Amino acid sequence: MHEVDMTRCLLLSLEEWKQEHHPHVPCVQVVHLQVGAFTCVEPAALVFTYGAAVQGSWLDGSELRIETVPLRARCVACGSDYSPEPALGYQSPCCHHPMEEILSGRELRIRSIDYTSPAVPADRASILSA
Amino acid sequence: MHMPLEDTLGRNLLAANQHRADHNRAHFDAWNLLCLNVMSSPGAGKTSLLERTITALSPQLAMAVLEGDMTTQLDAERLAAVGVPVVPITTGRACHLDASMVSGGLTLLQQRLDPAALDLLWVENVGNLVCPAEFEVGEHLKVALLSVTEGDDKPLKYPVMFREADCVLITKIDLLPYVPVDVSRIEAHVRAVNPRAQVFRVSAGTGQGMGEWHRWLLTTVREHAASQPPALVNA
Ligand SMILES: Nc1nc2c(ncn2[C@@H]2O[C@H](COP(=O)(O)OP(=O)(O)OP(=O)(O)O)[C@@H](O)[C@H]2O)c(=O)[nH]1
Ligand SMILES: [Mg+2]
Ligand SMILES: [Zn+2]
Ligand SMILES: [Zn+2]
Ligand SMILES: [Zn+2]
Repeated sequence: MHEVDMTRCLLLSLEEWKQEHHPHVPCVQVVHLQVGAFTCVEPAALVFTYGAAVQGSWLDGSELRIETVPLRARCVACGSDYSPEPALGYQSPCCHHPMEEILSGRELRIRSIDYTSPAVPADRASILSA
Repeated sequence: MHMPLEDTLGRNLLAANQHRADHNRAHFDAWNLLCLNVMSSPGAGKTSLLERTITALSPQLAMAVLEGDMTTQLDAERLAAVGVPVVPITTGRACHLDASMVSGGLTLLQQRLDPAALDLLWVENVGNLVCPAEFEVGEHLKVALLSVTEGDDKPLKYPVMFREADCVLITKIDLLPYVPVDVSRIEAHVRAVNPRAQVFRVSAGTGQGMGEWHRWLLTTVREHAASQPPALVNA
């Protein structure tokens, strides 16, 4: 259920990005996301709800591509990096220290957007943005 | 002419919610109040905790509640009965509160009172251990509840919630004699995913352990108020 809300929020964030291109509406081909393993987002469900949600909108026909970022942590006792395992209580295998410093896995990031800008000829783009 | 472009953004997927949450927090700071976002699975005891805590602390703190009940006003009525201003935020089918829902609640709250007169604003989130952790509403601190009847594995099964919490309350400890659960294991699992959390063991039913939690709250509210820049306080 919360993928619907996640998608709605993603669309609002993309809407904010679109406003930066006003008055032109960019034509989006691909939205690249990075989703950490240590978040509450299920990538497959997000792709599914995105496809349904963009129908008939300015994002119709665009694709959501999700790159999953694994959970990595640093053992604060000895400084080595490790992959926390739920079965081991997320503690470091080296020193059995609790999961203190997370290095990656909390990402919910729009990494980049592939698009074309219909009304801006290439040679004028720099003039308009100047 | 269609020029293929790529914008490298690195902006948060929830940026739109984040902006609204930051806006809410700016209001809280201008009013010099502390906002706590209270989260747990359904029935872990959020409303019961607030009933008891608000009753105990109302001589010392001016408080209000934004109540995120799914579809009913039952929790809002329970809290209004202890004499605190309550604004219900009916979320319909939403499984968490987001920053714009809380912003709507703040508008209603302002019609009833001057928030600058408050010390502490409670937000009771929708009962759900999953997504409320990802949706900031503008709170200064997150409080997560876990009742002893839910089992000691929940911090490991729903680690994001317990990782994000600044304070974890292990609730309903009056039931410990009746449930086959080791409270120190619950606490160890909380600390495994979040060694920095403040952890309290409480019972809103009997009042056990509530004193320590209330002392922490009073200290936190006072320290927060003192840390606000004077310019903001007068704005
Ligand atoms: N024995 C015992 N029961 C409690 C305690 N706190 C809450 N309860 C009971 O647990 C049930 C749920 O409590 P609520 O306070 O409504 O829980 P909640 O988290 O607000 O529930 P939702 O808002 O519906 O998610 C009620 O029947 C309470 O009486 C406690 O400390 N001890
Ligand atoms: Mg409740
Ligand atoms: Zn180590
Ligand atoms: Zn405002
Ligand atoms: Zn949700």
